[in-house]
Amino acid sequence: MAEIQLKSLAHSYSDRPEGPDDYAIRQLDHVWHKGGAYALLGPSGCGKSTMLNIISGLVQPSEGDVLFDGKRVNELSPRDRNIAQVFQFPVIYDSMTVYDNLAFPLKNNKVPASKIKARVHEIAEVLEIEDKLYKKAKNLTADEKQKVSMGRGLVREDVSAILFDEPLTVIDPQLKWKLRRKLKQIHEQFDITMVYVTHDQLEASTFADKIAVMYGGQIVQFGTPTELFEQPNHTFVGFFIGSPGMNLVEVQRCPRGVCFGSTVVALEPWQVDVLQRTKSTNIKIGIRPEFVQVSPVASDDTFEAEVLDVEDLGTYKVVTVQLDHEKMKVRQSEEFAASIGSRVHLSFPKQWLKLYVDEFLVQEQQ
Amino acid sequence: MRQTRSKNVGITLFILLLLTPIYWLLNMSFKTNQEILGGLTLWPQNFTLDNYAVIFSDPSWYSGYINSMIYVSINVVITLLVALPAAYAFSRYKFVGDKHLFFWLLSNRMAPPAVFLLPFFQLYSSIGLFDTHIAVALAHCLFNVPLAVWILEGFMSGVPREYDEMAYIDGYSFPKFFVKVFLPMIRSGIGVTAFFAFMFSWVELLLARTLTSVDAQPIGAIMTRTIGASGIDWGVLAAAGSLTIIPGLLVIWFVRNHVAKGFALGRV
Amino acid sequence: MQKVQDNKAWWLVLPVFLLVAFSALIPLMTVVNYSVQDIFGPGQAFYVGTEWFKEVLSNERLQDSLIRQFLFSGAVLLIQIPLGIGVALMMPKSGIKGSLCLILLAIPLLIPWNVVGTIWQIFARGDIGLFGWGINQLGIDYNYTGDTLDAWLTVLLMDVWHWTPLVALLCYSGLRAIPEAFYQAAEIDRASKWAVFRYIQLPRLKSVLIIAVLLRFMDSFMIYIEPFVLTGGGPGSSTTFLSQTLTTMAIGQFDLGRAAAFSLIYFLIVLLISWLFFTAITHADKEK
Repeated sequence: MAEIQLKSLAHSYSDRPEGPDDYAIRQLDHVWHKGGAYALLGPSGCGKSTMLNIISGLVQPSEGDVLFDGKRVNELSPRDRNIAQVFQFPVIYDSMTVYDNLAFPLKNNKVPASKIKARVHEIAEVLEIEDKLYKKAKNLTADEKQKVSMGRGLVREDVSAILFDEPLTVIDPQLKWKLRRKLKQIHEQFDITMVYVTHDQLEASTFADKIAVMYGGQIVQFGTPTELFEQPNHTFVGFFIGSPGMNLVEVQRCPRGVCFGSTVVALEPWQVDVLQRTKSTNIKIGIRPEFVQVSPVASDDTFEAEVLDVEDLGTYKVVTVQLDHEKMKVRQSEEFAASIGSRVHLSFPKQWLKLYVDEFLVQEQQ
Repeated sequence: MRQTRSKNVGITLFILLLLTPIYWLLNMSFKTNQEILGGLTLWPQNFTLDNYAVIFSDPSWYSGYINSMIYVSINVVITLLVALPAAYAFSRYKFVGDKHLFFWLLSNRMAPPAVFLLPFFQLYSSIGLFDTHIAVALAHCLFNVPLAVWILEGFMSGVPREYDEMAYIDGYSFPKFFVKVFLPMIRSGIGVTAFFAFMFSWVELLLARTLTSVDAQPIGAIMTRTIGASGIDWGVLAAAGSLTIIPGLLVIWFVRNHVAKGFALGRV
Repeated sequence: MQKVQDNKAWWLVLPVFLLVAFSALIPLMTVVNYSVQDIFGPGQAFYVGTEWFKEVLSNERLQDSLIRQFLFSGAVLLIQIPLGIGVALMMPKSGIKGSLCLILLAIPLLIPWNVVGTIWQIFARGDIGLFGWGINQLGIDYNYTGDTLDAWLTVLLMDVWHWTPLVALLCYSGLRAIPEAFYQAAEIDRASKWAVFRYIQLPRLKSVLIIAVLLRFMDSFMIYIEPFVLTGGGPGSSTTFLSQTLTTMAIGQFDLGRAAAFSLIYFLIVLLISWLFFTAITHADKEK
C-alpha cells in the first residue's frame, strides 16, 4: 500500500511544448491516500489516461515528481513500482489457461508454486471464475476475460495500488453493475489503494469514496460524490455531474447582484463584494435542476418563465423552461403538472445558487 | 517494446551483410575487366564508366531493359484491372462456387512454373503470340492474379459495406462509386498489390525467356548469353546486373508509404 | 461483414476466371494429354496409358532429385523462418528508421532471379569475389564449383540472402498489429523478454507464419534460375533440383511424355504438402 503524491506535475507529449494547449496535464498537485478507493472522472481527452500511465510508470512526466510514500519514483520502471494496471479492453495471454494467466505475475516474481496455487484460487473465487480456471483464456466471454485481466492485477500480494483505466467499457450493461459491486467488495476485502478512471459519473459515484474530476489537464475538484453534487467547485463539475447537469447562465454585474437579459438576480453581500474586487468579465451563475423551486404563484423573489417541454422519466420529470432568453432545466416529482406554454414561477434558494468567476466557484471566506 | 541499442546494432549488421554482395556487384561494374581479373580490390582503382557505356549504346543490351519494363507494366495493369472487380465480388457477395473458385485460384500460385514451360510455349506459338510482350505479361498473370485477388479481397473486406450502401443512396452508379469512392479507400491495398505484381513479373525469368526469342527478350535472357569468345565480360555483366536493381528501388520508393501501411493493416 | 447472396457477382469474376482458365486449364490439359502418350516426334505419338507415371515413380534420377529438393526446402525453412522472425524483432517499429529498414530489406527481393545467381556466382568465387576470397584467406578451403558441400552451402546462403527479407517483412507486419497495451501489461506483470516473445508475440504471429512457411516451402520447392546460374546444377548433379530436372527433360531432351507425367506428379506433391502444412498448423491452433 502506498501513498501516491503528484507534485507540480505537468506533461506534454510534444518535445517542445509552446503553450498550455500542448500540455495533456497542466500544473497538478494531488495526493492519493493509502487504501482509498478513488475515481478519476472526466470527459475523453482530459488527461485521465495520461495521469494513470504516469502513476504506473508507463509514461514519464515531462515536468514534476511522482512520489510513493515520499520517495521520488519518476525513474522507476513500471515493474519496479509494484503497481497493477487494468486496461480498457481485456489484455490476456491467449495461449495460456486462466490459471496460467493469473499465475503469470507470481511466477515472474519467483513465488513458490504452492503459494501461487493458493493465491490464484483465492482470487478466482473472489471474481467467481473458479470453475473456468483450466480453460483456455481465449475461449472466454468478454466480461470473463476482463475479470481475468483484473485478476492478474489483484493476484500480487505486494501490490501497492491498482489502477483501472475504464475497465468496464467492453462489458454488457447488465453485467457492469455486478462487476462494479465486485470491485467495491474487493476493495473492502483487500484494502488496497485503487484509482478508477472513467467518464461515467454513475460508475464513479458507486465505486469511489472520493472523486477527482479532471478537466483540461487539471483536477478541478476532489471530493465525495455529495460534495461534488452540492458544492461544484468548477462549472465543469456542475455541468458534468448530475442528470441533467447544472444550469449555467452567463451574467453581468448589476447593483446588488447580477443580471442577464432583463432579469436581475440578487446575490449575497459577500458575493457582490467578490465581484467588485475582481476585474474578470467571465461570470456565471449556476443552480442544479434539483434545487430550482417552482411555484404556480408569483412572489417577490420569483422569476416568471414559460414551460417549453416536459419529459416524463418515470419517477421524476425534467421540465425545460425559458426564463428571459435562457433555457433552464428543472427537476420535478412525477406529480408535477403543467402544460407546454403555461407560465410558472421559479425561485433560486440562496444556498443553492452558486456564483462562478472564471469558471471557479466563489466561496465565502471564513 | 523499446528499440534498444543491441537491436539497432543487430539490424544494422544484418542490413550491411545483406547489402555487401550488391556493393560488390556495383564495385565490379565500375572496373575494367583487366582490373577485375588482375586481383581483388575493394574499390575501383581505375574507375570507369565504360561498362555502362556499352549497355547504353548497344541496342542488343538496352532493348532488354525496355522489353522487360514493357511486359512488366502490361502485367501490372492487366492484373489490377481483372483482380479489382473479382476481389470486390469475393468481398461483398456469396455466389455459387465462390469458395471453390477462390481455392482454385490460389492453387495456381502453387504450380511450378517449370510445369507450364512447354505447354505455354506451344499455346502462345499456336495463337501467334510467341516472342511478344503480351505473351509474357499474360503468362505472368497466371501467378499474379490469384495473389492480387487475395490481397485486394483482404483490404476490401476492411471497408464496411455501409459505404457501398451509402453511395447508392446518394445516387452513385456502381462504376462511379467504385472509381470515386471505393478505390481511394483501398489505396494502400492497390499499392501493395501493384508492388507484389511488379516484383514477381520483374524478377521471373524462366517463363519470360521461354516465351521470347528476339523481339521481346528480357534483360535476364540477354545477360545469360554474355559468354563471348574471350570469356565472360564480367564488367559489362556487373553493370547490366546493377542496372536491374534500379527499377525495383524506384518502385519501392514510390509505394513505400502504402506498403508500410498496407503491411501493417492488410491481409496479414 | 454480411455477404449478400447474388449469382450476378459472377460477372465481376468472369475476367479473372477466363484469364486464369486460359492460362491454366488449357496448358494443363496439354500436359495431361502428353502424359499418357509416348511421343517420338510431331505426329508420331502412341497412347501408353499410365506407363510414364510408373516409370517416373521408379526412376532413380528423379528420386535423387526429389530427395535433394526435400533436403533443400527443409534446410531453407529451418534457417529462414527463425532468422526472419529474429530480424523482424530487431526492426525499428516506426518512423524514418522503420521505413528505411523496410526499403533496404526489400532490395534482395526485387532483383531479377538470374541477377541473384550472377551476384553470388561472382561473390563466391575465390579469384574475383569478396566472399570466396575472404573465406580462402581465413585458411578454409572453399570452392563451390568443385566441392559438393561447398556448392550446397553456397546455394543455401544465396537463398537465405535472397528470401529471408520476405519472412522478416511478413513477420514485421504481424508484429506491428499487436496493440501497445499488451506490451504495457507484460511490463507491469514483470514478464521477461523471452516470456513476452513466447506468450504475446509468437501467438500473434501465427497467421503470418503460416503464409511465410507456405510461401517459402512452395517457392523453394520450385526453385530454378538462381541455382542454375550459380552452379548449373553441379558439381555433377549435386545441386540439381526438381525444376531443373524437369526443364532439362522437357526442353533439353524433348522427352515430352515423361516430362508431362513428371510435371503432374510434381504439381501434386506441391499441392499435397502445402495442404498438409496448412492443415497441420491451423489444426494445432484449434486443438489448443
